[in-house]
Amino acid sequence: MFAYIVRRILFIPVVLIGVTLLIVGLMQLLSPAQRAAAFVSSDAQLKNLDLIIDQYGLDEPFHVQYGNWMQEALTGNLGFSSTSKEPVLTTIRKRLPASAELALVSLIPVIGLGIALGTAAALNRDRFIDQLTRVVAIVGWSLPNFVLGIWLLVIFYGGLGEVLREFAGGAFRLEPGRVSTEISIEIANGTFPIRTNFLLIDSLLAGRPDVFWDALRHLILPVITLAATSSAIIMRVMRSSLLETLSQDYVRTARAKGLTENVVNYKHARRNALIPVITLAGFTLIFLLNGVVITETVFNYPGLGRWFASAAVSLDYPAVMGFTVLTAMIVVVGNLLVDVLYAAVDPRIRYD
Amino acid sequence: MAETTSPQDAEQATNLPWWKSKPAKRFRRNPLALVGAFTVLAFLVIAFFAPQLSDPSRSCLRDLGVTAGTIDDINNPTKGVFWQAIFVPPESCYTMPRASFSPIPESPSADYRFGTTSSGYDIGYGLVWGARTAFNIGLIVVGLSLAMGLLIGGLAGFIGGWVDEVLMRFTDIVIAFPSLVLAIVIVTILGQTLTNVIVAIALVAWPNYARVIRAEVMKVKNLDYVESARALGSRGLRVFTKHMLPNTIAPLIVVASLDMGSVVLTASALSFLGLGPPMGYADWGQMVNFARNWILGPPGDPLAYWYTSVYPGMAILVFVLGWNLLGDAFRDAFDPRDS
Repeated sequence: MFAYIVRRILFIPVVLIGVTLLIVGLMQLLSPAQRAAAFVSSDAQLKNLDLIIDQYGLDEPFHVQYGNWMQEALTGNLGFSSTSKEPVLTTIRKRLPASAELALVSLIPVIGLGIALGTAAALNRDRFIDQLTRVVAIVGWSLPNFVLGIWLLVIFYGGLGEVLREFAGGAFRLEPGRVSTEISIEIANGTFPIRTNFLLIDSLLAGRPDVFWDALRHLILPVITLAATSSAIIMRVMRSSLLETLSQDYVRTARAKGLTENVVNYKHARRNALIPVITLAGFTLIFLLNGVVITETVFNYPGLGRWFASAAVSLDYPAVMGFTVLTAMIVVVGNLLVDVLYAAVDPRIRYD
Repeated sequence: MAETTSPQDAEQATNLPWWKSKPAKRFRRNPLALVGAFTVLAFLVIAFFAPQLSDPSRSCLRDLGVTAGTIDDINNPTKGVFWQAIFVPPESCYTMPRASFSPIPESPSADYRFGTTSSGYDIGYGLVWGARTAFNIGLIVVGLSLAMGLLIGGLAGFIGGWVDEVLMRFTDIVIAFPSLVLAIVIVTILGQTLTNVIVAIALVAWPNYARVIRAEVMKVKNLDYVESARALGSRGLRVFTKHMLPNTIAPLIVVASLDMGSVVLTASALSFLGLGPPMGYADWGQMVNFARNWILGPPGDPLAYWYTSVYPGMAILVFVLGWNLLGDAFRDAFDPRDS
């Protein structure tokens, strides 16, 4: 197992080299001037692109260019993003916590709701709750997240907006963005200290429950949007996996021994039924990465996804490339963690 | 992944017409399958008769060579222009006609029964021709990814060894990468046109096909009937097309029908982000994007612009739902475990 993990970790640079080779290769389809932007690190430099083309040899053969790009990337220069008007790495550092906060909070409904509803459906097979969750699952699977997000905004920000605004002095208002205007002003002029840029953590560190609640209520609609598809999938897999486990001999033996229904269902059956659900962790990671781009755009949430989407529209190549490399890293490391977790949960799995 | 039909099933299938086979019977007995099939069929009819179901714009009529006097010919099946509009509509017919250039959406009226988006595009027209766009994108992408899957999965399964290893590791990497992010990168680099959107989605959608085809080819590779075909002198391509490919049809139908939904989802997400076809092209994702600035109505009437997001959103939802129900039904029908 240990040797396997070491081998996988040693393999990470290989995958990253592959991905960057592919992207830098694709970038060769662009003109040297378009690519020059990737090496610009300030606004002033944008004015003399010819100099940069010369300096970085952007009209040289591919392998030379790749070497140059790699050298710059290793020293921490991923280029200048014209969308955020700052170096790509600075933007990533600033915005990553916001996206991570959104994605991590979404895991609560994805895992909790997915498993709870899947279990309920399997234990009540073919009864009302089973039929209902099946309908919810297939609709959730078919509903694009950007449509769901817009509809949630139309209902809760538009339709119910006035009601929620009046209710308890606006404390239950649901609106786009990450915090309300008053708090974003506090953040801008430094009255509210930013330490980790995870607002839920920073607000607790600063002893500000009002900021905590403000950030949390801004997360409600984006989290629903981001979690819908993944919960639907986990629910379906949990249901079928538990149904299969419940029909196995050892479960019948447990029942024959006279154990109570709850002990059989939750201790004997569900634990084993969870194993296939864990394999979905890799898929969930992909869904979150895709979903963050859409969800942040719909809700004007200042994270990496929205930056990537607007960078793509305005042809900000360094930003697109930086985000892609980051995504590749997250996917590779995430999949490694999933495999390790899988082996830890299921002793039958042995890597060698 | 779905299993293929068992040998008994296959044997029966050769004696019976396909609509009397076991999978077909299972399909007919499944109510959700019929709902899915009906939904897809309804969209197909809407897409097919789009020229008759909508009031074409002036530029579309001009490009069809229709004048004010012959305008009824479009609805007359005995005239050539009726079929021309259905089978080879000029590009301009895909552009939604504009009621105005006003940024404020207009609510449904006698002229525009589904209202207009901001910028004055006719929502009803966009819904009808958007069905065509959805089928165009879905069918071309599924066709392209099927071809790539056949090539890569077929080679990997048929040749095996290091070729298999290299091709499948590459497939694994493409599957592991978030498809929407990858499609966005490809469209950004290739340029933002409808053709490039189709190419980009095909480039992220093929791995499923490759895996299915490879798995089926591996399964039958060493079976007696393939061995005997070889012994009788068939080789290479003939063994592959005659004896291996027919086995892959059932799982491919499942993958393709589920893919029709997810391909249209990805395409509409790209349009929603502003990376799709040009502004005004009849496309559901773009229409949802138009609704983004009109979520909140004027004070006192917060839901005033509901039609801008509800109609196109419903169109995407029902279209994808139909294909997903159909795909699930095919999977259940072909699954021999459950009889």
